[in-house]
Amino acid sequence: MEQEDKKSADLHDDGVDRRGFLKCMAWAGTGLVWTMSGGVPVSQVFAKSIGKQNKSADLTFVQISDSHMGFNKPANTDVIGTLKTAIDQINGLGTQPEFLLHTGDISHLSKPEEFDNVDQILKSANAKEVFYVPGEHDMLDDGNGKAYLERYGKSAKGAGWYSFDKKGVHFIGLVNVVNLKAGGLGTLGQEQLEWMEDDVQHLKHSTPIVVFAHIPLWSVYPEWGWGTDDSAQALGYLKKFGSVTVLNGHIHQIMQKVEGSVTFHTARSTAFPQPEPGKAASPGPMKVPAEQLKSVLGITDVNFVKGKHSLALVDSTLA
Amino acid sequence: MRGHLRALVFAGSVMVALVLSGVAGRSVHAEQAGTPEVKIDNFSFGPATITVAAGTTVTWVNRDDIPHTVVSADSVFKSKALDTDEKFTYTFSKAGTYSYFCSLHPKMTGQIVVR
Repeated sequence: MEQEDKKSADLHDDGVDRRGFLKCMAWAGTGLVWTMSGGVPVSQVFAKSIGKQNKSADLTFVQISDSHMGFNKPANTDVIGTLKTAIDQINGLGTQPEFLLHTGDISHLSKPEEFDNVDQILKSANAKEVFYVPGEHDMLDDGNGKAYLERYGKSAKGAGWYSFDKKGVHFIGLVNVVNLKAGGLGTLGQEQLEWMEDDVQHLKHSTPIVVFAHIPLWSVYPEWGWGTDDSAQALGYLKKFGSVTVLNGHIHQIMQKVEGSVTFHTARSTAFPQPEPGKAASPGPMKVPAEQLKSVLGITDVNFVKGKHSLALVDSTLA
Repeated sequence: MRGHLRALVFAGSVMVALVLSGVAGRSVHAEQAGTPEVKIDNFSFGPATITVAAGTTVTWVNRDDIPHTVVSADSVFKSKALDTDEKFTYTFSKAGTYSYFCSLHPKMTGQIVVR
């Protein structure tokens, strides 16, 4: 009953019920603020109000993704410039994030100078701590990801997976871009799954969980490889938890879905957009008129409020 | 080092194959056939399946704005990441069916049938 009350209150505040939310799930072109209360998601259309809503948040962090440093094709010939814009935007947020999450494809071709450029640009962020997971583009050095691990994953396990805690929230960074099998999707692999099962075993059911990985951990569009073959097993370990948020990149556009207590969300890229599933011959970079580019790139601001068991995500474009 | 050895072994077997086909009077024919090319375009290999004679060198060229790889499912050959317009070649000395895929986008698959 209490949940119902809470839901009503939130509905009153936000003006969009679950049905409305489901409608909004389809290709959100602008952005969406959404919170979870008692496992029931409610939402409102985002209206340039970053930071205003969540001044009381106990933990704020920002997700950036797919910076593809080194990319120089017509879809964006200045990925340095757009990443800088993203960092400027983050530095201008009303509530400063405690840290940044980068959900992979940091580089385009895993070249040292590409990683160097990203590191250099991220130094200008007010938030000094950055947590990474690799994308498939970060695994292209001769050592099949050794360069990534040496730079970003020194204390990580296996191909770069790890977990950490911030203000009562448990974060799990997963790697689903190595040892991919012909014809398949993203893969976590047995070793990582076993580690993850063990990692969450000791946690209280009330611990909010944030899982982040490059390729979506839900079946967005398998025809384009937008999913992870063994994600169901990973999510199975999280069934006992009341609040699970899954943050991914890879598809360069916002997608969101709610399944029980699990909310899935993909972030925009800071480099170039990709087409909606099935709306083009392939998922390759999508060229938009130059003046529109920044309106299809973006960042995701995430706020957690203790006790309220709510986690709010705010997507905003670089425009 | 191992790569070098492997390359030498392959070079050796290619030469043997060429000599053998020369003896059989088919070398001219093989050369006229040229080097078959597989285009990587829109996240697919085209043609997805090609049939070649033993000793043929196949060239892959990436026409996408995104890097791809050409990786044999049985670890027979493996390209580095091919950026736009970059090429990879491999000479098939032994008959057989060689399945391959892009290790970055594993939905992309292809096959070389060597007779």
